[in-house]
Amino acid sequence: MATMVTGTKPVTKKGTGSSTFPGPNGNGKRRNGDEFLEPDYRANRYRIGMWVALASIAMMFTALSSAYIVRAGGAPDWVSIAMPRVLLLSTALILISSITMEVSRRNLKSSSFSGYGRWLLVTMLLGIGFLVSQLVAWRQLARQGVYVATNPHSSFFYLLTAAHAVHLIGGLLALIFLWIRSRLVKQVAVSPRRQATADAVTIYWHFMDALWIYLFLLLFLWR
Amino acid sequence: MSEGNHEGVHRHPAPTGFIRKYIFSLDHKVIGIQYIVLALAAVLVGMIMSLLMRLNLSWPGTSWPILGTLFPGGAPNGVMNPEFYLSLVTMHGTIMVFFVLTTAPQGGFGNYFLPIQIGAEDMAFPLLNMLSFWVTFVGFIVILSAIFLSGAESTVGPIGGWTGYAPLSALGAIAGPGQGMGMNLWIISIAIFCVGSLLGALNFITTLLNMRTKGMSLMRMPLTCWAWFTTAVLALLSFPVLLGGGILLLLDRLAGTSFFIPGGLYVSGVLSGTNPNFPLHTGGSPVVWQHLFWFFGHPEVYIAILPGMGATSHILATFARKPVFGYRAMVFAIFAIGLLGFFVWGHHMFISGMSPYSAIAFSVLTLSIGVPSAVKTFNWLGTLWGGRIRFTTAMLFALGFVSLFVAGGISGLILGQSSLDLAMHDTYIVTGHFHLVMGVASIFGMFSALYFWFPKMFGRFLNESIGKFHFWITFIGVYAIFIPMHIMGIVGMPRRYSQFTEYEFLKGLHPLVVFVSVAAIITILVQFVFYFNVIWSVFKGAKAPDNPWEATTLEWNTSTPPPHDNFAGVLPVVYHGPYEFAVPGAPNDYVMQTDSGVEVTSGNGHNGHRH
Repeated sequence: MATMVTGTKPVTKKGTGSSTFPGPNGNGKRRNGDEFLEPDYRANRYRIGMWVALASIAMMFTALSSAYIVRAGGAPDWVSIAMPRVLLLSTALILISSITMEVSRRNLKSSSFSGYGRWLLVTMLLGIGFLVSQLVAWRQLARQGVYVATNPHSSFFYLLTAAHAVHLIGGLLALIFLWIRSRLVKQVAVSPRRQATADAVTIYWHFMDALWIYLFLLLFLWR
Repeated sequence: MSEGNHEGVHRHPAPTGFIRKYIFSLDHKVIGIQYIVLALAAVLVGMIMSLLMRLNLSWPGTSWPILGTLFPGGAPNGVMNPEFYLSLVTMHGTIMVFFVLTTAPQGGFGNYFLPIQIGAEDMAFPLLNMLSFWVTFVGFIVILSAIFLSGAESTVGPIGGWTGYAPLSALGAIAGPGQGMGMNLWIISIAIFCVGSLLGALNFITTLLNMRTKGMSLMRMPLTCWAWFTTAVLALLSFPVLLGGGILLLLDRLAGTSFFIPGGLYVSGVLSGTNPNFPLHTGGSPVVWQHLFWFFGHPEVYIAILPGMGATSHILATFARKPVFGYRAMVFAIFAIGLLGFFVWGHHMFISGMSPYSAIAFSVLTLSIGVPSAVKTFNWLGTLWGGRIRFTTAMLFALGFVSLFVAGGISGLILGQSSLDLAMHDTYIVTGHFHLVMGVASIFGMFSALYFWFPKMFGRFLNESIGKFHFWITFIGVYAIFIPMHIMGIVGMPRRYSQFTEYEFLKGLHPLVVFVSVAAIITILVQFVFYFNVIWSVFKGAKAPDNPWEATTLEWNTSTPPPHDNFAGVLPVVYHGPYEFAVPGAPNDYVMQTDSGVEVTSGNGHNGHRH
C-alpha cells in the first residue's frame, strides 16, 4: 500500500439510494427526482451559445475601438468627417426594430403565432431599412469625396459601419430563418426549442441595436 | 430532428455513407480525429521547415540541390538566400502555433474527449463543430498556398515572422520578397483560422455549461475539462482581437488606409506617396498592431499549453494511482493563469518604446504568473509523491511535460523583467524559452494524451517499446536543442538571422550551433518512428479493452471505441470525483465516477461536495 499524502478516512458501504448522491446535476437545476432532461434545459444551449458569441463579438469591437481611440489621440493627420444626417434615421430605425423584435418574441411566448410572424416581418423590414439608410450615408460621403483611405476618421467610419452591417446581415438571415420556420412548421403550443432560438435571435438583435448606438456615439462624439 | 429531445434515443442516427461518416461528419469524435490528422500533417510541414533552417544556420553556403530544384528563386543552386530563410522562420512559426499547437490539444483531443468526459452524447452544436473544422482546414490550405504562390517572389511566404509586425507587414510587395501575395494570404489564412477557432470555442463553452450529465457537477469534472474550458474562454476573448487587427492590416495593404503605417516612410528607395506601388500614408502607429497582436498573442501561448496541463494532471494521477493533489487549487490555478494571461501582453514589447511605469506593471503581472504555475508544479509533484507509479509511455511523456514546463518556465522569470529583457530581447534565449515551455511542453502534453487515449480512440494500443524509444530520444533531443540556445542568447546571438559566420563575437559559438542542428536532425528522425507507430498501430496494434489503464473517468466507462452517441443511448450518472485512486477498502484500487455502491468519505478524492 502506497503511503498517502492526502488523508483518507475509511470507506463506508452504502446503498445506492443516498439522497446526497449523485448530488447536484450537471446543470445544477434538479436535485431530486429521476426526471433528467427537461426539454427547456436542453434548449437553453441556444441562449447560452448566443451570450458566448456576443462576448466574442464585443471583444472584436473593443479591439477596433481601442485602435480608434489611440489613432484619434495621437495623430496630427486626423480630420473629422461631418456626420451624414441620414444616420439619425438609421438610429431611429434600428431602435424601433428592437422594440418590434421584443414584441414578436413576447407574442411567441404567449403562443400567438400570427403576431409572432407578423412582427418578425416588421423587424426584418426595419432591419433592411437600416441597411439601406447606412448605404445612403456611404453614398453621401462618397459624393463629398470622402472614401475609406481619405483620412483616419473616414477609414474607421467605413470599417466600423461595415463590420456592424455584416453582423446585422447575419441577424437578418436568422430572422428570415425564424420567419420561414414559423410559416412552414406550425405548432399548437410553442416548443421550448423554438422559444429558445427566438430568444437567442432577440438577444442578438438587441445587441446589434446597442452596438450601433455605441459606434454612433464613438464615431461622432470622440473625434 | 424532433423538437424537444428526449434522452436515451439517438439524437441523430449514425450515418452510413462514407462522406457523412468520415468527411463531413457531425460526430465530435470524428471531428476530433480530423483535427489531430490536420495537426499531424501541419507539424510535418513545420518540422521540415525547422530542419531547413538548422541546415542553413550550421552549414551556411552549402548547396542542397533538391532545394534549388524546388525553389529556384529562393535557393539558387541550392543555396538558401536570407529572405528564403526568413520566410521559413515565418511559416514555421505560423504553422506550428496556429495549426499544430492550437488545433491538436483543443480541437483534437478536446473535441473527442470533452463531451465524453462530461457524459454528453455530442457537442452542443454539432453543425458548428463540423464548420469549425472545415473552416480551419481552409485556413490551412490558404497558408500552404502561400508557400507556392510566394514562389514568384523567391520565398515560401512572408518574411516578417509569425508576429507580422507593421509597417513591414502593412506595406505590400514594396517591403520585400514575400510581402506581396504571400503576406495577403498569410493574413487571410489567420483571419479564417480565427473564425474557425471562435466557432470551436463557442461550442466548447456551451457544451460544458449545458450538457453535463446527472451528477457531473463542476467540481467533479476531470481537470482536462477545466483546461479545455479555460482554453476555450481564452480563445473566445483573444481571437476576435487578432481578427480585428488582421482586418485593419489588410485594409492598410489593400485599401490604402493608414492604421499602422506612419508617414514619411522611405522603403526600398521609394518615398511614401511618390510611386503608385507605395501610396501616401500618414500618421499610423505600428505599435498599435503590436498591442493588438500581443493582446491575442499572449493568451495564445496559454491556449497552446493549458490543455497539456490538463492532460498531464489527468495522466499523472492515473498512473501514479493517486488522486490529483489539491484538485481545487489546480482548478483555480488554471483560471488564474488564464486570467493573468490577458494582462501581460506588454512584456513582449519592452523595447517597442514603452513607459517604464507600464513596463514595471507588465513585469510584476508577468512574474505573478509564476505563482499559479508553481501551484500546478508542486501539485503535480504532490500527486507523484508516494504513488505506485506505472511507467507507461503516456506517463513518461506527462513527466516530460512537467520537466519541460519547469525548465522552460524558469527563463520566463528572466525575460519577464524589463531590465533583463532589454538585453535579452530578440536573442536566442527567447527562442529557447518559448520553444521549451510552450512549444515542446505542449507537444509532450499531446504525445502523452495520444499514447493515453489512443486505445480508446482506435481500440488498439500504440506500441509501448517504440513509444519508450520515441520518448527517450525526443526528451534528450529537445533539451539538447533548446538548452544551448539559452547560452547563445546570453552571449547575444540574435534571433532570425540567417547565418552568423560574419560576426566575430559569435564565431566561438559555431560548434554549439552545429551541435544543436545535429540534435535537431536526430530528434526529427525519431518523429518518423512515431508516425510509423501511429499508422502501424491503427491497423496492427495490440487490441485494447474498455478500460486498459484502470482509469476512473467516463470515457473509460463506455465501449472501445465509443459508439456513435458515446454511451449507447444510456447516459451515465456520476457519483464520484474524477480521481478516486487508491481508495482504502474499495474492491479495486480505483473507483469509477459511475460506481454507485461505494461512498468515499473523502479528504481523499474530492468528490466535489464537502459535507
